[in-house]
Amino acid sequence: MLRILVIEDDPEAASYLVKGLTELGHTADHAADGQNGLQMAFDSDYDILVVDRMLPKMDGLSVIKELRREQNHTPVLILSALGQVDDRVKGLKAGGDDYLPKPYAFTELQARVEALARRPKSASQVETTYTVGDLTLDRMAHSCRRGDVEIPLQPREFRLLEYLMQHAGQVVTRTMLLENVWEYHFDPQTNVIDVHISRLRSKIDKGFDTPLLHTIRGAGYTIRDATH
Amino acid sequence: MTRLTRFTRTTAFKLSLLYIAVFTVMSGFLLLYISRSTDNLMSEQVVQSVDTEMKGLADIYVRGGIRELVETIDRRSRHPDASLYLLTDFAGNALVGNIARLPTVVLEEADGDLRRVRYTRFGQDTEDAERQAMVRTFELRGGFRLLVGRDLGDQLRFSNLLGNALRLWLAAVIAMAAITWIFVSRRVLKRIDEISATSRRIMHGDLSERLSIAGNDDEFDRLAVNLNAMLDRIVILMQSMKDVTDNIAHDLKTPLTRLQTRIETALRVEKGEAGYKAALQATLDETDQLLRIFNALLRIARVESMAPATEMEPASLNELIAEISDLYGPLVEDEGGHLEVDLPEKLEAECNKDLIIQVLVNLIENALKYGRPETGDIHIRLSGWREGERVMLAVTDNGQGILEKDQDRVTDRFVRLEESRSEPGTGLGLSLVKAVARLHGGELRFMNEAPGLSARIDLTPVGKDSSRSDDGDGGTTGGEERSDGS
Repeated sequence: MLRILVIEDDPEAASYLVKGLTELGHTADHAADGQNGLQMAFDSDYDILVVDRMLPKMDGLSVIKELRREQNHTPVLILSALGQVDDRVKGLKAGGDDYLPKPYAFTELQARVEALARRPKSASQVETTYTVGDLTLDRMAHSCRRGDVEIPLQPREFRLLEYLMQHAGQVVTRTMLLENVWEYHFDPQTNVIDVHISRLRSKIDKGFDTPLLHTIRGAGYTIRDATH
Repeated sequence: MTRLTRFTRTTAFKLSLLYIAVFTVMSGFLLLYISRSTDNLMSEQVVQSVDTEMKGLADIYVRGGIRELVETIDRRSRHPDASLYLLTDFAGNALVGNIARLPTVVLEEADGDLRRVRYTRFGQDTEDAERQAMVRTFELRGGFRLLVGRDLGDQLRFSNLLGNALRLWLAAVIAMAAITWIFVSRRVLKRIDEISATSRRIMHGDLSERLSIAGNDDEFDRLAVNLNAMLDRIVILMQSMKDVTDNIAHDLKTPLTRLQTRIETALRVEKGEAGYKAALQATLDETDQLLRIFNALLRIARVESMAPATEMEPASLNELIAEISDLYGPLVEDEGGHLEVDLPEKLEAECNKDLIIQVLVNLIENALKYGRPETGDIHIRLSGWREGERVMLAVTDNGQGILEKDQDRVTDRFVRLEESRSEPGTGLGLSLVKAVARLHGGELRFMNEAPGLSARIDLTPVGKDSSRSDDGDGGTTGGEERSDGS
């Protein structure tokens, strides 16, 4: 369960967000303007802040800058109707951790919020080995094993699996994969990511009893051990 | 505002007035100086010659007595260009001389000072023959008084000449001021007025109007050329705004109406939970598509209105294409085709990396959708090469190509050729490619490769910057190229 603060001035969008996040079992608070939001972020200890860029009294980027200036490093997901590439760069420069252009699918927001919450807080917390079921990924040795079988992976396949396993159990969307594995920010019209996933799946799941890499319809993918 | 005040407020009027004032004052000073100095010079000459003559006559008197003096004066007086002489005895009776009338006070004050008097010459004894002269009286021994003088006629004539010259000069200055005024108001200010009149018409909505160019490449021509270029840019921006609104009206209205109908139908016809769910899912898909179109339109408008030079940086096209091929290669292979990279040399270009990636992605996805050959597998080639001062990027397929008549049309917004209507898509992909190519100072061109179609864009190579060398980028990028080369 996460404690989430939603700073969003549009009441409908805010209540939709708060309701959606609450249904997922998180606790969500709402602030309707930048000043109030900043105050609430300082007063309570939130796991995630979801901040709209355009806010009354104090705009979203200023809120984030102020937080960072005061050494508050709560992960921030920026929401913005300005979906252009340069706006994203501005948002991340201001201290945001992720950027989601409006309109967005709720599944996309959910996936990103959960990914942010799971992000290691410091470099020392980064695990060197990821394990899901009998699948092991050794980041130091750059090797991948499932049970006793060594699985050879292309560099890009390795990074794809690494990202999925880092967020094991969570839903990871296609856009998140494109952004984090390929570092691209565009909207593909084709199922270009699916092809990579299916290649990876054929390597890690083919010939094994339990599939680990699952497709979540309408949302994305997740890697998890179904037996748990 | 009255006609007069409007007239006096024109720049031409003020300039002419200033011109007259400055030239009058300057020429006045000049003439004053000339007349003063010639006056002084001539007076000095008069003084000198009068003094010399006086001394000579005094000597004659001392040596030869009064008789000799009278004879000498008498002889000299007859000379046509003679000085003025008058010799009187102690009683004031004239003994000899060429002066008929003269104020007697001059003779009484024999203090030796030169003074200006009016006199009449002997033999020209009429009223209007009165003339001016500088004279001097000297008392000789024995009570005789000798007066010697020079006529001032020449000097007065010279002053008159100067006076006339001054008047003529003033007339010339005024005439020149008038000419200046005509020139300034007709030629210069008329063009400014023209420019402001045209601007007013343009502001009132006639954006097709352009400032006239005289063709003599003066400041006004340069101003007009630049203003016209600015207007062209404004027209493009307005047109793209208008296109966006038109397209929103046209192409977004249709799916929105469909959406509305679908929702109304769902509400009217009782379908149960499953039915509602299906209807909602369908409307959700429809809104997703709408939003995709909307975002694509905004993005194109954004790219079109971006200033060139913003967010451009040198990028390695080899790396960029390798990454794209890494992402799209498997997709093409899954479709039974092959994605080939053909970059024989190292290429770097000044570009907005994100936009170029988007362009290549659009072209590859287009090739996948429309570039399939009738028989056999699809083969897509990503290539780059240098061509003159430009770096070319091309995405080539081995499909049917597009007819020449359609080649310009496909880049227009929402244009989808008949044969592609069945494929999903917004019809905006190539419009974005075109806009991005323009932003990079290039062009999107199609070449039929028989078989296949090659879509090409050209970019500015790193270090070969011409259009943006003034903002300092050229220097830094040039340096980078050098360091890369070593």
